[in-house]
Amino acid sequence: MAVLSFRDVWVEYGDKIVLEKVSLDVEEGAFVSIVGPSGAGKSTFLRLVLGQEAPSRGRIDLDGAPLRAEPGPDRGVVFQRYSVFPHMTVLKNVMFGVQCSDRKRSARDEAIEMLRQVGLGDNLDVYPAALSGGMQQRLAIAQALITRPRILLLDEPFGALDPGVRLDMHELINGLWREHGLTILMVTHDIKEAFKLGTRVIAIDKRRRDPQAPHRYGSTAVYDFPLEKKDAGLPREAHRLAQTLA
Amino acid sequence: MPRLLNVRPRGGGRLVLGLVPILLVLLLYVTASTARHAANPSDKILPTVSAMAEQVRVMGFEVDPQTGDVPLVVDTLASLKRLGLGLTYATVTTLVLGLGIGLLPVMRASLGPLVAAIAVIPPIAMLPILFIVFGLGETSKIVLIFVGLTPFMVRDLASFVASIPEEQLVKAQTLGAGTWLVAARVALPQALPRLIESLRFSLGPAWVFLISGEAIASDVGLGYRIFLVRRYLAMDVILPYVAWISILAVLMDLGLSALSRAAFPWAHPARAR
Repeated sequence: MAVLSFRDVWVEYGDKIVLEKVSLDVEEGAFVSIVGPSGAGKSTFLRLVLGQEAPSRGRIDLDGAPLRAEPGPDRGVVFQRYSVFPHMTVLKNVMFGVQCSDRKRSARDEAIEMLRQVGLGDNLDVYPAALSGGMQQRLAIAQALITRPRILLLDEPFGALDPGVRLDMHELINGLWREHGLTILMVTHDIKEAFKLGTRVIAIDKRRRDPQAPHRYGSTAVYDFPLEKKDAGLPREAHRLAQTLA
Repeated sequence: MPRLLNVRPRGGGRLVLGLVPILLVLLLYVTASTARHAANPSDKILPTVSAMAEQVRVMGFEVDPQTGDVPLVVDTLASLKRLGLGLTYATVTTLVLGLGIGLLPVMRASLGPLVAAIAVIPPIAMLPILFIVFGLGETSKIVLIFVGLTPFMVRDLASFVASIPEEQLVKAQTLGAGTWLVAARVALPQALPRLIESLRFSLGPAWVFLISGEAIASDVGLGYRIFLVRRYLAMDVILPYVAWISILAVLMDLGLSALSRAAFPWAHPARAR
């Protein structure tokens, strides 16, 4: 069954159409990469799933029930920046999620185990400001996973990181995805990254353009590739997609 | 030779650089005072250091036979009590309103314009109203400090809370936090160091309002004493009192700064400069 499904979803601000006729299903256990040019509506798409915004038309279902237009514990998120709480230590950042749902449980051991999995087992009591960018993102991932969300949303999670660190993070998120059987939706600028990590790549862009009134056509899923087996090189589709989006 | 831009005094050098201007001002005063007293031994405008020391002894360490109190001590206690109460009420109100207005769009829409309107009224212009409404006693002086500080502190804290990245608020909600938990565990702890900073900046205006209130209607207090002895041109009392006020103000500022560093280490990361 689809964890998340979009049915004919539109987003309009006044007469500007951002997304139009978006219909898609995300299966349990999928790692969906979402790519597209800047301003095409990738962020709007993610805001819809997060519940920061409601669609103007159409419906979004999570596990078969209509999605509430408010962020909630069934959807975890890692943003590019500002994902962690600067006033809490690393350990408290991760414990926070458990304490929100259950005041009595301190969840210390669980949090330590989760931090160990993302490689922060030795940095429990420092504040995030003392961590590097990559380590902060590791913390943000641990923080999001501790509440076992139905779907994990990644918004350009590795965009601000050095290439080397980025590769480490790819390995980490891939491992966590397999180990925890996560369903992941990742928005990225990096097409290589999208194909390397995703089991499915969705490109969001405008299907039609009106030069006189460009705002009257919105974006939708213009390409949707399921990636059956992964090999080392980029698939043919990636090159074609890169050319289309350039 | 490095550029002036890059010259950074450290340790002892920094101390010397800070002390030199203070010593220069003191030296200038002593020189001027000595010159005036050479021309006119009974000059009252620039009293000598020994005359001021004598007044410090009389006002600060001797019981006044008429009242049975040590003037400097009762003045200080009275002023600090007014200041403390005014600052406390202002701080508590700021915490509640600033947090609410900064975090909740509904509260921002309803209370924001009112706070902004009150903030532009010069507090001293409200002093007559306060005297009429609250009488000439302690209440009106405390309320003056409260009214003078609160609108600015509320606006400062509200804009700070509103600038907490939306990502953090969304993240907290995806972790299961509701409005109350976001306020208590995300916004409040981050607002506290800013509130202390805002309080430090408000100490100056707070003293202004305190001295104004005391100057106009009071029978005890640092401001009262200064304005009382002004009638006799008693600069040898006024100057030590002013120095004492500045010492109190500096101590309060240092105390708040130390409190913030001790209680919120994450808000004060070690800096390179």
